[in-house]
Amino acid sequence: MMNNYKWVLGIFTMLFVLVSCNNGTKTMASNEIAYACPMKCEGDKIYYKGGSCPVCKMDLMTLTSLTAEPVESEEISEESIFNLTSKWNTEEGNSIELKDLKGKTLVMVMIYTTCKAACPRLVADMRNIEKQIPESFTNDMQYVLVSIDPKTDTPTHLKAFAMENFMDGDHWTFLQGTEMGVREFANVLAVKYKQISPMAFSHSNIISVFNPQGELVHQQEGLGVDNKETVEKIIETVNK
Amino acid sequence: MTVLRLTFCILFLWVANANCQSKMVAIQGGTYIPLYGRDSLKVTISDFYMDVYPVTNQEFVAFVKQNPNWQKSKVKKLFADGSYLMNWTSDTTLKEGLELTAPVTNISWFAANAYCECQGKRLPTIDEWEYAAMANENEPDARKNETYNEYILGWYEKPKTFNNVIGSTFKNYWGVYDLHGLVWEWTSDFNSVLMSGESRKDVDNDSNLFCGSGAVGATDLMNYAAFMRYATRGSLKAKYTMKNLGFRCVKNKDDEQL
Repeated sequence: MMNNYKWVLGIFTMLFVLVSCNNGTKTMASNEIAYACPMKCEGDKIYYKGGSCPVCKMDLMTLTSLTAEPVESEEISEESIFNLTSKWNTEEGNSIELKDLKGKTLVMVMIYTTCKAACPRLVADMRNIEKQIPESFTNDMQYVLVSIDPKTDTPTHLKAFAMENFMDGDHWTFLQGTEMGVREFANVLAVKYKQISPMAFSHSNIISVFNPQGELVHQQEGLGVDNKETVEKIIETVNK
Repeated sequence: MTVLRLTFCILFLWVANANCQSKMVAIQGGTYIPLYGRDSLKVTISDFYMDVYPVTNQEFVAFVKQNPNWQKSKVKKLFADGSYLMNWTSDTTLKEGLELTAPVTNISWFAANAYCECQGKRLPTIDEWEYAAMANENEPDARKNETYNEYILGWYEKPKTFNNVIGSTFKNYWGVYDLHGLVWEWTSDFNSVLMSGESRKDVDNDSNLFCGSGAVGATDLMNYAAFMRYATRGSLKAKYTMKNLGFRCVKNKDDEQL
């Protein structure tokens, strides 16, 4: 009887190991693909249909293949936010992962665009920081505003917000994620937030700086605080 | 004899399958006022399914065998602190004396979240968890019941209940075990608790720190036990792991049948 029992237990363990779980990672439907002319005949103009450039007739390239930096081959470290695999939509309608931002010093903040109280000041803080960074650094920088209200803050919404606030340059990125992706990202940043009504959220105000490998190097908490330390950290990180 | 073995085999195949989709019960939704709510307003919960028991060591061993990323030697520092699965002697074995059917603890939010996702489930929200957990054996809302509150507070004082096996506490009104009495449990939105003192830098009601309406107010100060839970959640970070903190999963009712 004992033998029998062991035998059964064996099968049980084996089955347990074999039973696989479906990995239910859901991907977001990205909006239309954006194209650009590799020669930039019409400047930074974006086309929403593939084909050839109306000026030089060269084949248009998808925007992601153009902007993708030749990233360093080095592995990302364990503490890097590029370990997160969630998908995000940018204000331009491109679908990206955080690791697509690799290679630039990142200044990140979580906001929502319909916010009336603290967010405008947080956004002002971001602009303030950007103003203090030498222009020669701009190519090495990416300022990222992540929405905690992915339902309302669609790429269209985010784009409008970016234009309104004069944050539409290439070094500004706005991200719309999934509800779970946003929750996870907030957890990485230790940002707390809670929906208190359909139109309003409470959230802690934290601006985070990441190095080009996605490791957290600095966090600034609160509103309208002195940005000096953050700016110094950014300059130090870019110069590394 | 062969027939007997075959029967066992089929039986265990069924059990094993049922195990990966561990047992759940339906929780009928409703409206209630949580201790800390959206402006102390009522919260409405939709119908959902909840795991009858917290996730066990055994179930988590099976999970890390399938998903080596979550083994203690391989887990990324971003996703779990140094005491992740502290009581395991290797990636897949438990320290002697640790029960296979005890709830898995020393688990980070990221790991718990990944486990539930892998099962096609999710972590409960604070509101859902508190809603299911305000039931005692006989009524869905026992928060005014003295014995119920004494039981919970009594447990908070008891050491080392994390190594008790699942099902060793009471079965509540909904058919869920161990919401109180074994371990504390992760919730999906634990980081939505904004409370005074939860972080030395975030100050309660300081409009400089919080956007939107200020933090929270107790609707029922008598409910000290719940206060303890919210305070603990407010102090957690997603990569933290604790000896007395485990988790269970839930599923939306409309997702699919049990």
